[in-house]
Amino acid sequence: MLSKFAPRAFTAPVRYNAGAPLRAAFRPVMVARRTVTTDAASSHADKEDVPDSDDAPFQVKLSDEAFETYELDPPPYTLDTTKGELKKMYYDMVAVRRMEMAADRLYKEKKVRGFCHLSTGQEAVAVGIEHGIEKTDHIITAYRCHGFAMMRGGSVRSIIGELLGRREGIAHGKGGSMHMFSTGFYGGNGIVGAQVPVGAGIGFADQYLGKSSVTLSLYGDGASNQGQVFEAFNMAKLWNLPVIFACENNKYGMGTASARSSALPEYYKRGQFIPGLKINGMDVLAVKAAAEFGKQWCAAGKGPLVYEFVTYRYGGHSMSDPGTTYRTREEIQRMRSTNDPIAGLKLKILEWEVASEEELKAIDRKAREHVDEEVAAAEAMEAPHATQEVLYEDIYVRGSEPEFLRGRTPEENFYYPERPVQVPKSPAQT
Amino acid sequence: MVGSRVLRPAAQLLRSSPSVLPRCSFQKVTAPVAASRWRRTYASPSGSKEMTVRDALNEAMAEEMEKNSKVFVLGEEVGQYNGAYKVTKGLLDRFGEKRVIDSPITESGFCGLTVGAALAGLHPICEFMTFNFAMQAIDQIINSAAKTHYMSGGIQPCNITFRGPNGFASGVGAQHSQDYSAWYGSIPGLKVVAPYSAEDAKGLLKAAIRDPNPVVVLENELLYGLSFPMSEEAQSDEFVLPFGKAKIERPGKDLTMVTLSRCVGQCLVAAEMLKSKYGVEAEVINLRSVKPLDVEAIIKSVKKTGHMMAVESGFPSFGVGAELIALTAEYAFDYLEAPPVRVTGAEVPTPYAQCLEEMSFPSEQLIADYAAKLLRL
Ligand SMILES: Cc1ncc(C[n+]2csc(CCOP(=O)(O)OP(=O)(O)O)c2C)c(N)n1
Ligand SMILES: [Mg+2]
Repeated sequence: MLSKFAPRAFTAPVRYNAGAPLRAAFRPVMVARRTVTTDAASSHADKEDVPDSDDAPFQVKLSDEAFETYELDPPPYTLDTTKGELKKMYYDMVAVRRMEMAADRLYKEKKVRGFCHLSTGQEAVAVGIEHGIEKTDHIITAYRCHGFAMMRGGSVRSIIGELLGRREGIAHGKGGSMHMFSTGFYGGNGIVGAQVPVGAGIGFADQYLGKSSVTLSLYGDGASNQGQVFEAFNMAKLWNLPVIFACENNKYGMGTASARSSALPEYYKRGQFIPGLKINGMDVLAVKAAAEFGKQWCAAGKGPLVYEFVTYRYGGHSMSDPGTTYRTREEIQRMRSTNDPIAGLKLKILEWEVASEEELKAIDRKAREHVDEEVAAAEAMEAPHATQEVLYEDIYVRGSEPEFLRGRTPEENFYYPERPVQVPKSPAQT
Repeated sequence: MVGSRVLRPAAQLLRSSPSVLPRCSFQKVTAPVAASRWRRTYASPSGSKEMTVRDALNEAMAEEMEKNSKVFVLGEEVGQYNGAYKVTKGLLDRFGEKRVIDSPITESGFCGLTVGAALAGLHPICEFMTFNFAMQAIDQIINSAAKTHYMSGGIQPCNITFRGPNGFASGVGAQHSQDYSAWYGSIPGLKVVAPYSAEDAKGLLKAAIRDPNPVVVLENELLYGLSFPMSEEAQSDEFVLPFGKAKIERPGKDLTMVTLSRCVGQCLVAAEMLKSKYGVEAEVINLRSVKPLDVEAIIKSVKKTGHMMAVESGFPSFGVGAELIALTAEYAFDYLEAPPVRVTGAEVPTPYAQCLEEMSFPSEQLIADYAAKLLRL
């Protein structure tokens, strides 16, 4: 049964990290092939090995249940990190959650319009990935994008400002909750699955330009059934593109449990001819290790990978969905209380004496204060001016517009000023 | 002078309407209802009751499913979740999993599958969560469904209903706000309807399900929760509305407003504004059906009013309004006392911020103001 999960690992139990501790190297292969759990606090480190300094490296051993593989030799079950980084990851997850809670409140106060999809519970995915890649790498995702936008460098005020439809929002109030863009971040996309081949195209451009960057093309368990996901898989493998197709399996697509939408709900095997990795997406350390491994894999020219981050969304699909008609309150409560990514990392930080309870409280406070200040700043931002100039700007690259575009009546037609073409620098180039 | 008029297509149309613009008469095929019934749109207010558009759509599907075991509903979240907008609420409980089917998110795939089922003799109702997502599947709607009957030389019919909300909703941004009336309305082989009221919704959806051709039913999310009176007749499970027949929602002698879907309500308000401010009477024509289009109703009205205004919320270029004005120019040019005009959505991908979104779609005030301008008031 186990060999079904990782057929090649049976015959080639090669580990990548030569420097892995002996215990890991000699660990029987069978043990590594356990079922991935969503235990957020399963990694191990010996207190004695944790250095005093915040930036001195030490190694964390990931749990045997951090990964499952498909046609892939397992990645190292270790993670090189520092105390400083662990604290930063903790801060980041707390900040993302705080920001999502602010969005939740603002929506309930009717200050956020339309759809608002929150990632509460899924923070470890956005945070862990960012800590495992470089700023020159690329991410594209669906509409559940606030955390990614923030991790890619979007300020909290610009993200909340966007939700509030403000001029200084991250998309100047034009995009809204689902459409946010930033350095190496290609949105924030509203059409389920459509971002997946687009992500393959970003990888194509990297390959074309001779760059060694990696692209993570994220999608949900529901989205995984879109035909174009499979089309993207085929092209990526055919052309050996440096892309990680990363499914955030939060168990539901809107109100449909994954087993009701997917003939094979083991999303990491969906690439068929693409090696796959299933990852405990509630453990930020496992997520980071997987992102690092994938980046190296792609940089080495080994082509695409299919990832499955097993995670869970605490709230409804969007703010208008109570999220309790298609799953039990017990299920939600169990995930919240026993698999929470923030609580999990906190436990480890305390256990390994990376930081004291007081220090963590101080980090909590700092994150909270920062987010609250930023939210207040966002609320103080102005709405866009309701002018023709603002309405019609940026439909085309400035200076390259047609002479005019039509309004609701001919009186409202908007004539563009003559000006030089100003192509914006693509965030990808930074 | 009379002679020149006769050369105009309008004159021809009015002389011999059935042969010039033959409308696919629905009775030819299934004809469960007497033709006279369709014309009686108004019933005595006594027996009428209020119903939301959502409930009317739900009732239409339930009645047709009850009548015909070949009718089934397939789409995302239509079953256990009771519909993303609750239009299919209760259908799973009533008709079971065989006939109310939750699809994976795979529009191109499930749309193609329902087309196949229709080719093989079933009568699917293929629900798109919104028509924005039907863009993933538009090839199946047009190439597989709309063209097959013709390509097969009439051998292969395709009785299928594509339905779901179309057009903008509030605050959902550019990718979730498009109006596809013009897209589908341009395709020979499709019939396209856009209900406004609860009666429209029920009568047109039932007619769509019974029609032996592929029919696209363009609903509107912002109308789902609105209540309208349902006449006694419309409450009947035999109530259907004919395609290609517009409804005069408000008679008038000074201006013809031709409109569809949510804009019908806006035009009715604008017409009242015009009346109270200027004492003019605008005639509001609810198209109901985009394809076939009731050109005759438009010409008759323009002949009376001499002024034509098309109102819709789609993109202006190559749109429904453009088509209405072109038809007016072709068939009713001689009756016009001023150039025909249109109020449309702005040529802008829908912005998120409310103040910008408001500038992107027709408002009642804008419609009234522009009408006043047309009438030189
Ligand atoms: C093509 C398309 N179909 C349907 C929708 C409506 N829709 C939005 S999100 C969603 C569920 C997606 O689920 P999943 O991919 O698992 O992502 P999650 O919301 O769980 O993050 C659906 C059906 C859409 N936006 N685009
Ligand atoms: Mg999901």
